[in-house]
Amino acid sequence: MSDSALPAPQAEASARRAFAPDWGMRILGILLIAYLFYAASQLDLGLGRFITGLGEGGRFLARMVPPNFERWELLLEGLLESIQIAVLATVVGIILSLPLGLLAARNLAPWWVSGPVRAFIAVCRSLHYVIVAIIFVKAIGFGAMAGVAALVVASIGFAAKLFAEAVEEISMKPVEAVRATGASAMAVLIYAVLPQVASRFVGFSLYQLDSNLRNSTLVGIVGAGGIGGTLFAAFKRFDYDFVSAILLAIIALILLAEVISGRIRAAMR
Amino acid sequence: MSAALDIRGLTKEYVAGKPVLRNLDLSIGAEGITAIIGPSGTGKSTLLRCINRLVEPTKGEIRLTGAEGSIDVAKLRGRALRLARRRIGMVFQEYNLVERLSVMENVLCGRLGYVPLWRAWLRKYPEQDIARAFQLLDAVGLPEHATRRADALSGGQRQRVGIARALMQRPDLLLADEPTSSLDPRTSVEVLEMLTNLAGAEGVPVIINIHNVALAKRYAKRIVGMSGGAIVFDGKPEDLEDSHLSQIYGGEDWL
Repeated sequence: MSDSALPAPQAEASARRAFAPDWGMRILGILLIAYLFYAASQLDLGLGRFITGLGEGGRFLARMVPPNFERWELLLEGLLESIQIAVLATVVGIILSLPLGLLAARNLAPWWVSGPVRAFIAVCRSLHYVIVAIIFVKAIGFGAMAGVAALVVASIGFAAKLFAEAVEEISMKPVEAVRATGASAMAVLIYAVLPQVASRFVGFSLYQLDSNLRNSTLVGIVGAGGIGGTLFAAFKRFDYDFVSAILLAIIALILLAEVISGRIRAAMR
Repeated sequence: MSAALDIRGLTKEYVAGKPVLRNLDLSIGAEGITAIIGPSGTGKSTLLRCINRLVEPTKGEIRLTGAEGSIDVAKLRGRALRLARRRIGMVFQEYNLVERLSVMENVLCGRLGYVPLWRAWLRKYPEQDIARAFQLLDAVGLPEHATRRADALSGGQRQRVGIARALMQRPDLLLADEPTSSLDPRTSVEVLEMLTNLAGAEGVPVIINIHNVALAKRYAKRIVGMSGGAIVFDGKPEDLEDSHLSQIYGGEDWL
């Protein structure tokens, strides 16, 4: 009857299940949809509210064009300060993240080292950088110093975590081989661990620079230096044409940074 | 001729009460190739890894004798252990090269137990180390490959680099854990031939784990058969008969 030499099946194929039904996922999906409707009704979100909002938005947008670049000196000063904050915070943050990332990697460090270091990194990541910036402004006063400090904390939260994850994914075979030659722990690190993660580390660092540039434009709003302060002041004075000039400048800066870091990443491969 | 390696009562339990190696005694002479054969999971790899302490032995003595004197590797810690490890070269089944480093850097890894960290970091190795690395690369048939990245090499070429790295240590003992299991039959023979010749020329005794009994008989001057974590055969290749193989691997239909 059948063309195969295998023994006859014990039951008809239609009576057997090839894939088990996943009731847990189905129930979870239904619950999620129900919660979305509930939350939207609680927050008074609806089409009506959105359409009223659009009218306001139109008037606001009309006042933003054309962008006003008359105060370009103020704009440039703010932008340069933001760039300085971002670069300083990234370099300091990455330098601190390197050892922290290695100590947090569970395949290299013993648990009683990696555990506390992971906890420290998690704390750095848990608070939003604007909240950290507010704390630093209160602690060490207004200005770029607070912005740099806040972004260093944010950089550690992300870069050290990514470093640790990259280190945990390395192949342990070369590590074992280099250890077997009698190399010290530092030599094992330099010869067997870092070569495996170096290019990813550079990628993460460039990514961190990108996101610090973006973030540095915001810390000024809470008084921690950079273009954000200028932007916030323009908002408060209803100088919407200057606001749009600042926003365009920020967009140009971020795009430029992405193009440059993309080029560097491509060259690294 | 004194023993290069003298193992007494070596026991290894990964799980308490379930020994992988059972009170094993083994003495290795100062020259020649000793092949260890036996089924998968019988503790051959564990035995080799206990010798250079990549695996911690549960109990027993592992006495290594060489130019720098005699030590019990099983009792060493920290710096003393590193100094012992640099006297023991190891060749791995999957080569275990650092793929992103150059061939030369991989070979010089064999000196990491000797040179100070800053020299290794800056690649400022002593001239005689570089010269020996080039000699070894010539000897393993890779004279033009020093600056290539290890991940650009074929399997056979990688294992040659692995052998050069191990010999770069100027070891008193060479361990080879299934060095040909990832290679095709012809390359296997070439690599074993090279390992035999180079180790012979340097006067380094070799312990080699190997699945291929025919190759073991061809290159080893002594064969150790393991089964269930214990040695069940120890003798010359020509004395190894089917009855022994049946005892080592179990069954006889495959013979």
